[in-house]
Amino acid sequence: MQKIEAVIQPSKLDAVKDALVEIGVEGMTITEARGHGRQKGHTEFYRGREYSVDLLPKVKLEVVVSDSMLERAIAAITSAARTGAIGDGKIFVSKIDEAIRIRNDERGEIAL
Amino acid sequence: MRLRVAKVYLSLLFVLIVGASAVDGSRMMAQSASPASSTAGLSQTDRIAALEKQNVDNAAAIAAAQSAGDNAWMLVSAALVLMMSGPGLALFYGGLVRKKNILGTMMQTFAMMAVITVLWALVTYSLAFGEGNAFIGGLHNVFLKGVGLVPDPKYAATIPLQTFMVYQLMFAIITPALITGAFAERMKFSAMLVFMVLWALLVYSPMAHMVWGKGGLLNASLGGRFPTLDFAGGTVVHVTSGVSALITALYLGKRLGYPKVPMPPHSVVLSFIGACLLWVGWFGFNAGSALSAGTLATSAFVATHFGAAAAAIGWSVAEWIRQGKPSALGAISGCVAGLVAITPAAGFVTPMSALWIGLIAGVFCYFMVVKVKAWFGYDDSLDAFGVHGAGGTIGALLTGVFANSVINPIFGTGKPTGLFEGNGHQLLNQFVGVAIAWSISIVGTLIILFIVDKVIGLRVSVEDEREGLDLSQHGEEGYDWAH
Repeated sequence: MQKIEAVIQPSKLDAVKDALVEIGVEGMTITEARGHGRQKGHTEFYRGREYSVDLLPKVKLEVVVSDSMLERAIAAITSAARTGAIGDGKIFVSKIDEAIRIRNDERGEIAL
Repeated sequence: MRLRVAKVYLSLLFVLIVGASAVDGSRMMAQSASPASSTAGLSQTDRIAALEKQNVDNAAAIAAAQSAGDNAWMLVSAALVLMMSGPGLALFYGGLVRKKNILGTMMQTFAMMAVITVLWALVTYSLAFGEGNAFIGGLHNVFLKGVGLVPDPKYAATIPLQTFMVYQLMFAIITPALITGAFAERMKFSAMLVFMVLWALLVYSPMAHMVWGKGGLLNASLGGRFPTLDFAGGTVVHVTSGVSALITALYLGKRLGYPKVPMPPHSVVLSFIGACLLWVGWFGFNAGSALSAGTLATSAFVATHFGAAAAAIGWSVAEWIRQGKPSALGAISGCVAGLVAITPAAGFVTPMSALWIGLIAGVFCYFMVVKVKAWFGYDDSLDAFGVHGAGGTIGALLTGVFANSVINPIFGTGKPTGLFEGNGHQLLNQFVGVAIAWSISIVGTLIILFIVDKVIGLRVSVEDEREGLDLSQHGEEGYDWAH
């Protein structure tokens, strides 16, 4: 099992969600987040005072998939979230040791 | 058998009722006919007396109708002015602070609604509007003694004195509440309460008495020594609160980390709603200051609206040129600046003059807030001085320029009122009024700050300031994200 953490533009959430559901991903967790990579922030003015805002609003999406599903899921996310501009986000992949369904103690990929 | 008896009784009863109402009706007709028949036999002198009596009755009915109309508008106006404090200013200021201080900031305004009200009933109404000398009222009206439902013609001949009293109270509430913008996010709640009570006694009451009270030094309508035109409180409300705000900001010092730590408004949305409530409430503030529902109220209402609109445009254009974008916060700040500046002038100026006053105030206050504050480096956190002190001062002076006898012949019909009408002397009187307002605010506020600082201490501790006023002063949070 693999965990995909994708930090994406908030406006791309719906497209990414639909793309994942289409390839058969059944669950995901979404968090409203703030952050930045190489993308620079912007400046805001309040009554003439300048504030530089470098942590921008993002959405973090976490999905745990079976090893066989991994590449398809990554492809679904990148194609749905890509605009080609700086600030499109990043995907991180890590190994998951165990998954347990709380309702009935099912373990492993069947619990996903 | 029994049934038949009952039927007879019932029909008898029916006949009785119908008969009785017929007889009663004819009696009523006789009554209404009787005056006509009685006057027919009267002599001419009696008829003249009857007509005179009718005339007096008509005059009384007209006066009662006017009084009812004026009183209705004044009660609505009083409620509108309270709305300026209640949700209006509390939201406007609340949105501008960081979210850990929103309740503390709103409570400062709300506390004025409670504390100043009680103080007003006990003593400050009497100090402001009671008979006294040129500087302050006496103690004749403490505990609202003698403040009943009969009008006081010197103040407002057509509304109960209690309406006048409660209307003026709403001004006494919002004025200290305006100061809270200067010391936002760092003053102890207890110290703030004591400061405000002393300020109401030592600064607001004398200033209100001088400008609006019987025998006041600056009173233009009741024969003051230096008749200063201040229709709705440019000097009494905005100069006093704005200048006192600057003094408290300087005395308390900057907020922790200012200006290095960014302290942007946590919700311009709340401020936006607050500013719009202020705009609407201001119609009660200015048009209500006509103290009647007549044409003068209309003049003040129109001038108020035009001043606010022009100032919103003035500030926005200045910002658009200098920063490249017209912000929502800029537009609403400009609108408030315009409302402040038109406050002394409404009820004296034409709609076109109101546009000029608003435009000048919008641009002027923009530079006070954005440039002048940065030059001097004081932390007037929410720009109480930049908007109210600066806007009130320029508005009071411009009133002396634009005041027009066609709108309000306060010095007599056709007599020149402002500079543009040829009464240059009025500008001098306006200067005197403004200078007195500045002086009493600086001296009074410094004395009060010194006393309160020695007795209670003005600022919250460093830890409390970091934690925020909501938790440290009130033990609660405005936004609880966990539930």
